[in-house]
Amino acid sequence: MSGGLTPPVGPDDHAAGPAGAPVTLVEYGDFECPYCGQAYPIVTALQERLGDRLRFVFRNFPLKESHPHAEHAAEVAEAAGASGLFWEMHDTLYEHQRALTDARLLEYAEAIGLDPRAVARDLESGTWADRVRQDFRGGIRSGVNGTPTFFINGERFDGAWNDPGEFLAALTQASS
Amino acid sequence: MAATLLAPGTPAPDFTLHATPDQTVALSELRGRPVILAFYPADWSPVCGDQMALYNEILPEFHGYGAELLGISVDGVWCHAAFARDRKIHFPLLADFEPKGAVARRYGAYREHDGTTERALFVLDADGVIRWSYCSPVGVNPGADGILRALDELTGRTAGARS
Repeated sequence: MSGGLTPPVGPDDHAAGPAGAPVTLVEYGDFECPYCGQAYPIVTALQERLGDRLRFVFRNFPLKESHPHAEHAAEVAEAAGASGLFWEMHDTLYEHQRALTDARLLEYAEAIGLDPRAVARDLESGTWADRVRQDFRGGIRSGVNGTPTFFINGERFDGAWNDPGEFLAALTQASS
Repeated sequence: MAATLLAPGTPAPDFTLHATPDQTVALSELRGRPVILAFYPADWSPVCGDQMALYNEILPEFHGYGAELLGISVDGVWCHAAFARDRKIHFPLLADFEPKGAVARRYGAYREHDGTTERALFVLDADGVIRWSYCSPVGVNPGADGILRALDELTGRTAGARS
């Protein structure tokens, strides 16, 4: 029933890997979601395996009702992204996803080289809330049905992302 | 074999079901605004939980269309109450419990041999007429994109044009 990725990957997205890569993998994820936490090392391994053949894009889909810290975690990742440090924060959050209180988020911000007071102000005023909401709405329109949801070259991947062999095969097939 | 859902253009059969041990919801009470009926097989099973949890997060978008969302399964009221509390569900979960699945049957959304409802979605217009229906494979969470497209058509809005 998915109508495909809406909007398509664009310049505002957080992307790792070459824009001309034959495969673009988009994840709609939530930093506090344990399944996304399970997916994190799997995706990292796929990135290592596929190298320049893969571009990986992350979009926010915080499930705020289930995960009370997910929204602020997403906003802090966006704040880091504005300073060119999105992936540093993305990785830090997934490596510490059981410790995502505001105080810890500010510690992580400082650890990667951001001014924690500026990040605290951003959280306070909701500077990045619209951006996160925009990702979330795009996700709903794209047919996101839980977290994580992956799209391979714009099509929702309904296979087993937690089976590294199956995931790799789908990506490899899309690249050929 | 999948059930044959009531098709678009059909007036939605009215029903009154318990939402909590002492509260009922009648479909006819909701005339005047769009209604989303989400039949799902069971509380607590992982996929259902995800689907209802997802709709819970999307509720503000549905309300943006003035639409009401009702979840319906054959689980009893106490089961729904525990599930709704655990998942912090902010919309009614109706118990199609006695006679079991009677409402689901009238919508063509009952799985006879499983004794549960299908994973079926209906969007009704303000006059209580079915405008869109969709039956998902029971193991697949259908997401909400189809519901939103149906609401767009119903309200004459274009996707993404809402503020």
